[in-house]
Amino acid sequence: MKLRTLVWRELFERKSQMLTCFLAILLGITTVVAIKNVTHYSEMAVAREMDSLGANVLVLPKSATLQDYYSADMQEDTIPEEYVMRLTMSDIQGVDNLSPKLCVPVDLEGKQFALTGILPKSEFQAKAAWGGAGIFSRPIGCGAIDTGVDSKPEDKSTLVRKRVIKDLGSHEILVGPDVATFLDLKEGDSLTLLGEPFSVVAVLPETGTIDDSRIFAHLHTVQRLSGKGAVVNCIEIVGCCEEISAGLVGNVNKLLPDAKVVTVRQVVATQQNVNHMMGRLSVIFLAIIVIVGGAGIANYMYANVFERRREIGTLMALGAESGLVLRIFLLKAALLGLVGGIGGFVIGTTLAVTLGPKLAGVPVLPMPMLALWAVGISAGITLVASYFPARRAARLDPVATFQEV
Amino acid sequence: MLKMEEVCKSYQHRGQVVKALDGATVEIPKGDFVSIVGPSGSGKSTLLLMLGGMLSPSSGRVLLGDDSIYDLTADGRARLRKENIGFVFQTFNLVPYLTALENVQIPMFLAGMDDPSQEEKATALLERVGLGDRRDHKPTELSVGQQQRVALARMLANDPAVILADEPTGNLDPETADQVIGFFEEFNEEGRTIVMVTHDPKAAERAKNTLKLSNGKIVSNGSTRRKPRHVA
Repeated sequence: MKLRTLVWRELFERKSQMLTCFLAILLGITTVVAIKNVTHYSEMAVAREMDSLGANVLVLPKSATLQDYYSADMQEDTIPEEYVMRLTMSDIQGVDNLSPKLCVPVDLEGKQFALTGILPKSEFQAKAAWGGAGIFSRPIGCGAIDTGVDSKPEDKSTLVRKRVIKDLGSHEILVGPDVATFLDLKEGDSLTLLGEPFSVVAVLPETGTIDDSRIFAHLHTVQRLSGKGAVVNCIEIVGCCEEISAGLVGNVNKLLPDAKVVTVRQVVATQQNVNHMMGRLSVIFLAIIVIVGGAGIANYMYANVFERRREIGTLMALGAESGLVLRIFLLKAALLGLVGGIGGFVIGTTLAVTLGPKLAGVPVLPMPMLALWAVGISAGITLVASYFPARRAARLDPVATFQEV
Repeated sequence: MLKMEEVCKSYQHRGQVVKALDGATVEIPKGDFVSIVGPSGSGKSTLLLMLGGMLSPSSGRVLLGDDSIYDLTADGRARLRKENIGFVFQTFNLVPYLTALENVQIPMFLAGMDDPSQEEKATALLERVGLGDRRDHKPTELSVGQQQRVALARMLANDPAVILADEPTGNLDPETADQVIGFFEEFNEEGRTIVMVTHDPKAAERAKNTLKLSNGKIVSNGSTRRKPRHVA
């Protein structure tokens, strides 16, 4: 006879009660695990979608305003291109993407367009990697994790979404749809700009923004042709919204004291709102499970103590101390919690992986970390909910074993 | 030696004070076999519970050897019961989901004995009460007489010096009751002190001494003429 024999045998003595209590724990944990799992991947999907909202932090010259940026950053003032390297070589957390830009007006067939110089990511990323440090030496993507699903191969048109292009030749251009329509351009055509020929490598999709009237070329080519030297009008930063809250803007300001660092508040607020809503939804479900599940378990345990008071009294008459009685009930609670947690994790994960993609429209993968979380929550709820009934059992008057007092 | 010194126990019942035990003073020497008799509500079970450290007196002292039982903590009294006292109940109080063997193992488990020793000793005890072939039966699979014998084996598990029995034959037919009292006589001959509450005059007569209670007071305390042990 061991303590676990006593607990194990009793569990199966009152099967229907035990099963009811166990099912309550199992279903509760299953629900929370499934919701957390689907929510996690939905958040990641939303985070990826949020990239399309564009940059959320801008580095501008001191004199420039946000209005200048939205009117195609044609302001005269510039900042050194060297700021890009400072940023990439820094250890600032939360920078997902960088895009330095220099805009100069160009006249084409009587209409003015913005020739925008951009720096392909491969150039500053390679320099940072060569330096062995910097923001791109760490994984980035605002926590957007690899779902194991192949993303679409990157083409030049991703510039519109990601604000960054991986490679761009010195005489290659990407044209906005307004430019393409006006000049009747298509992929493979050539165009002369500021006296030099360029080949159109892509016509960008329509965005409804000023970008539709831009012509994108290599930054260094635009710098040379405009004669402005190694400068840019602005650096667009796609920052992770959590890090923006945690002081990303302040850190960039410290790094670049001679520039103006502004947050595009609407973008950040939208990102944060969506994430907070998802987080709150998860917390609400968890709170419901904790309250309903905990109350159910406490009720079951109180009933169990009441039914077993004669047995408890007998054990006490035979010499059981209060600590042992407490342990009998808490071990039972821990067992129910442990098995309920493991079972809830397995079923919840299975439901999330199979039904999640259909319900939420996002690929969902198992999250092993949730197993620890599920068992911890499950055992925690059962132990806390059982503590007071167990204490009542431990304090029972052994005289209750006798019918006649 | 078990001793009670001027022990009183009173309860409040609907605003009225009810005296369950009124100034009980008694000495039970080591190796005695005492039956406690009296009408229902006379305080027999109260007295037995107090001797077993399960019901604290309103006043007075209860001693086991030199230890004042109610000066100990609740856990201290539990340890004292575990080491010195064996209980037998009218309704046997076997744990329904455990087998006969496991029920007998309980006191040994509480005393921290290892599993193989528990099993070996419990088997021997069940054989002693004639239930060697019923060790894997649950209480519901045993007759009431067999259940009481399992309870006797359980009571002996920690080799108690004192046995307290509350109506041990109350639920048994005369033949089985006789058999159970026979076991008590045997345990008493081994040197154990036995205090038995009973309504059964035949069982009471088999004890060495009888305490008679009425309205919470001990009205007589004397020796019983010992009859020869029943041989089946």
